[in-house]
Parts: sequence; structure tokens; C-alpha cells
Amino acid sequence: MSLDLVFDYLVSPVFLRGALMTLLITVCSLFFGVLTGLVIALVQETRSKAGNMVVLVYLWLFRGTPVLFQIIFIYNVLPSFGIRFTAFTSAVLALSLNEGAYMAEILRSGLQAVKKGQRTAGLALGMTGAQVMRLVVLPQAARIVLPPIGNQMIGMLKLSALVSVVAVEELLLVANQVASANFRYFEALTAAGLYYLALTTVFMVLQGMMERSLDPKRRRVGSRTPTLMERLTGSMVRASVR
Amino acid sequence: MTAAPLSTAVLTTPPRKADAMTTPTRAELKSKPLVEVMAIDKSFGPSRVLKQCSLDVRTGETVVMIGPSGSGKSTFLRCLNLLEPVDGGNIFFEGRDITRERDKAHLVRREIGMVFQSFELFSHLSAAENIMLAPMNVLGLSRLDAHDLATELLGKVRIPDKADAFPDELSGGQQQRVAIARALAMKPKMMLYDEPTSALDPEMIREVLDVMADLSAEGMTSIVVTHEMGFARRAADRIVFMESGEIIEAATSEAFFGGSVGERARRFLDQILH
Ligand SMILES: Nc1ncnc2c1ncn2[C@@H]1O[C@H](COP(=O)(O)OP(=O)(O)OP(=O)(O)O)[C@@H](O)[C@H]1O
Ligand SMILES: [Mg+2]
Repeated sequence: MSLDLVFDYLVSPVFLRGALMTLLITVCSLFFGVLTGLVIALVQETRSKAGNMVVLVYLWLFRGTPVLFQIIFIYNVLPSFGIRFTAFTSAVLALSLNEGAYMAEILRSGLQAVKKGQRTAGLALGMTGAQVMRLVVLPQAARIVLPPIGNQMIGMLKLSALVSVVAVEELLLVANQVASANFRYFEALTAAGLYYLALTTVFMVLQGMMERSLDPKRRRVGSRTPTLMERLTGSMVRASVR
Repeated sequence: MTAAPLSTAVLTTPPRKADAMTTPTRAELKSKPLVEVMAIDKSFGPSRVLKQCSLDVRTGETVVMIGPSGSGKSTFLRCLNLLEPVDGGNIFFEGRDITRERDKAHLVRREIGMVFQSFELFSHLSAAENIMLAPMNVLGLSRLDAHDLATELLGKVRIPDKADAFPDELSGGQQQRVAIARALAMKPKMMLYDEPTSALDPEMIREVLDVMADLSAEGMTSIVVTHEMGFARRAADRIVFMESGEIIEAATSEAFFGGSVGERARRFLDQILH
């Protein structure tokens, strides 16, 4: 075991590229996942029969099968129907569609948690529907959905390792390839693990910053947001969200 | 009893508010109705919730609405500020027919304040910010002006020191007074209160009713759905009794508390008064 080698791996271009690929897959999949989730949530809100039927089938498919299966299916099976994507696109597509199925539920519960009376109160003040959405509903919904979306963010980072199965050169695949060339598994995987930890830590810090910026009481003394340590270890019992 | 006998009740209402009578313009205004509700109908599916309801409210007047649960009082208020579309009839505000103004409804609502049983303060905003939100975003007031307005109104509802408190840090009575201040911030021509004290502990009811009674005494046109008969006696010019979607009775406060109450209203009063 050689710490020098771990360090060499950490600063090597191939690991750096792997980490960037992991980050890219995560960010892209999250972005399209949230978008997909938002569309689904809004369709569900409209209560259109046809729309809800489509959504139901979608949720059934993507929640009822493993993500790994979805990735392989899109990359390996769709081409036989003439639909061909690159490995990267297949990976992002599968992860986004899968994420959307869960994100929809989170977003919908956020919107629903803002009670109808709040919208009525906004309307009664003479606001337009759009103003009520922007000034009353979304700020309250955002506070409710941010913690679960943060969890999804970190979940997605870890999920992205699965796309190594379609040979996208992300962190885990890179580490595995490097290790299998010289059998220095410990060093290669330690380097990869450190990258994962660094990325999740950055995500948690970001999440914390976003939560603080949405906390209306942040300017006041005595208000308390979880420290990084509590966040990392999950030891903070999350304050109930109204 | 619908449109015709009602308007006679309106005409015979004695002016009770001294200061509303001091200036001739106020007196002039008081002679014509601010709101005229004419025979409105409203159904939810098969159930007819409002049946040919008519009511005139004149500027400066305070009308108290009573009636059993489910009689349509909330629906009546919601129709009045166009939160619910009516199926038939007309609503005039300052002489203008607003009944079918669906896409300009928000312009009408700016002029009509509403207070709810469940307060409905915005939980992500402090008391002052709750009051400032609509003036800034709807009326275009600057943050500074809006803050001054909030400070003034919090003083008016007697909680000047709670500007920075968040809704969950206030008692029910304080929350409802912030809600009243929030509605007043739009400088409405009229206030609608839907059971504003029903969700309050007894010891807090008084502080809210006092604020409302002050506003009425200052000439704020109001419709108040409440079963607080003490408030009705103190502040109301007229009492309206609703039952199963109909306005059964609309009597002046004097007539009502003088004992000339119809049979159905009396039965209801007996129920709530003991
Ligand atoms: N949005 C709605 N959809 C369907 N039915 C409704 C709706 N709103 C009210 N109703 C029905 O209309 C009737 C009148 O309701 P409303 O809330 O106006 O009565 P209320 O006099 O305010 O009663 P309460 O004293 O309990 O508040 C009730 O039977 C109620 O169930
Ligand atoms: Mg009601």
C-alpha cells in the first residue's frame, strides 16, 4: 500500500477526468430529472384523465424496474428499434427519467403542502395568479422541497457510478480500469473514494447554503441551521417543515 | 325576503356613526350603496348554495351576517370579491357591474380586504413583510414606504412591537390582527371578515373584535360573518340572517336587538346564545 500512489492517482488527469465526468452526469441528470419531475407534477395537478394515465404508466415503469436495468435497456435494447444514443446520452437519459419519477413526488408534495387558503389569501389581496405562485406558493414550497432534493442530489452522485456498465468513463470505471492494469486496487479505489467524498461534501455545503438562504429567520439571532458535521453524519433531526 | 323588502331596510337604517356623518362628502357617499348584490345564485354541482341572495351595503356601513353552518355565508363573501364565479344575478361595486369580470377580478379584489378564520398569514414572511408584500408588488410601493405603512398599521392593530415576528411566533389573536393589518395595507374600500374569531381562544377574541369595532367606528365599510352577538350589538348597523342559501332576514341593529326578529332567526339565536 502506497500513499504516494494514492496521491499520484488523485492528481492524475485520468482520475480528474473521471471525477468531472461523474460530476457532469450527476448535474445533467439532476437538471433534466427536476425538469421531468416538474412536468409530471404539473400534469398531475391539472387532473387531466389522459395526462394522468400517461404519468401513471411512466411512474409504474420507472419505479418498478432497477435503474441499472433502465440504463442497459436504453443503451443496448433501444438500438434494435432504431433508436441509438451514445453511452453518455443513454446514461443521462436513463438517470433523468428515473430521477423524474421520484422528483415528481417531491415537487408535488411541496406544492400541495402550501394550503389552498394561502393562495386564496394572496388572491384576496389583489395579486394575480402568477404573483400568488411567485410570491406566496413557490417560496414556501421551495423550503419544503429543498431538503429532499438535496438528498436526491447526493443519491444521484452515487447512482452515477452505475453508468460504468455502459462504459462511460466516470470515476468508478476509471479506478477499476487503472487498478486492473496493475492490481493496485487499494490505491485506485481509495483515490476514487476520496473524490466521491469530496464531491458529496461540496454538495452538502451547497445544500446548506441554499437552505440558509431560504430560511426567513436567518437574519436573526438564535436561528439555527445544521452544521456541516451534523449534515455529513445525518445526526441533526430535521426541524419540522411547515 | 329578498330584494324589495331589503332595500327598504337599507333606507330606514339610521346613521349610527357620528364621525362618518361629519363631512358632507361622507354623508353623500353614505346615501348610495358601495356594493349591491342582486339576486345571485351559486351551485356546487347539484347543491344550490346561494339562492337569489340580495344585499346592499352602503359606504361606512357594518353588516353582520349570521346563520347556521353550511348556510352559505362564506360562499356569499367569496362570490362578492369574485373568488367564486356566480351562476346568476349581478354584483355592483361602486355602481359598476363587476359580476363577469373574471380576468380583471384581481383589480376588484385590490379594493376589498378579506380576513379568514384561519388567518392565512404567509409563513415565510415576518409580520411586517406579510403586510408589505401586496403594497410592494401590487401597488408598486417602495420597500421603505411599505415598511412605514406596515409600522403604522401594526400600531393601529396594537402590536407595534411584533414587526419582525414570524407567524408561528405569534398568538392566534396577534396573527389575526396582523392579517387585518395586511388587508388594510391595500387601502381597501371595504372589509370582509369570515368568522375571524372562530379559531381563537376566548381570551383573544376580544382584542380582535376591538380592532374590528374601531375600524367600523372609523367608517370602514364591513361585512362580518360572526356569531359574536356582543360585537354585532356594538358595531353592526344591520344584521343579516342566512339559512340554507337564502337571506331570510336583514334588519337594522335596533330592530334586531329590539326583538323584532323572525321565527327562524330567533330559533337560531336561541341555539347560539346559551
Ligand atoms: N368549493 C366547494 N365545493 C363544493 N361545495 C362547497 C364548496 N364550498 C362550499 N360548499 C358547500 O356549500 C355550502 C355552503 O358552504 P359555506 O362554506 O358557504 O357555508 P357557511 O355558512 O360559511 O358555513 P360555516 O358556518 O360552516 O362556515 C356547504 O354545504 C358546503 O359544503
Ligand atoms: Mg364559513
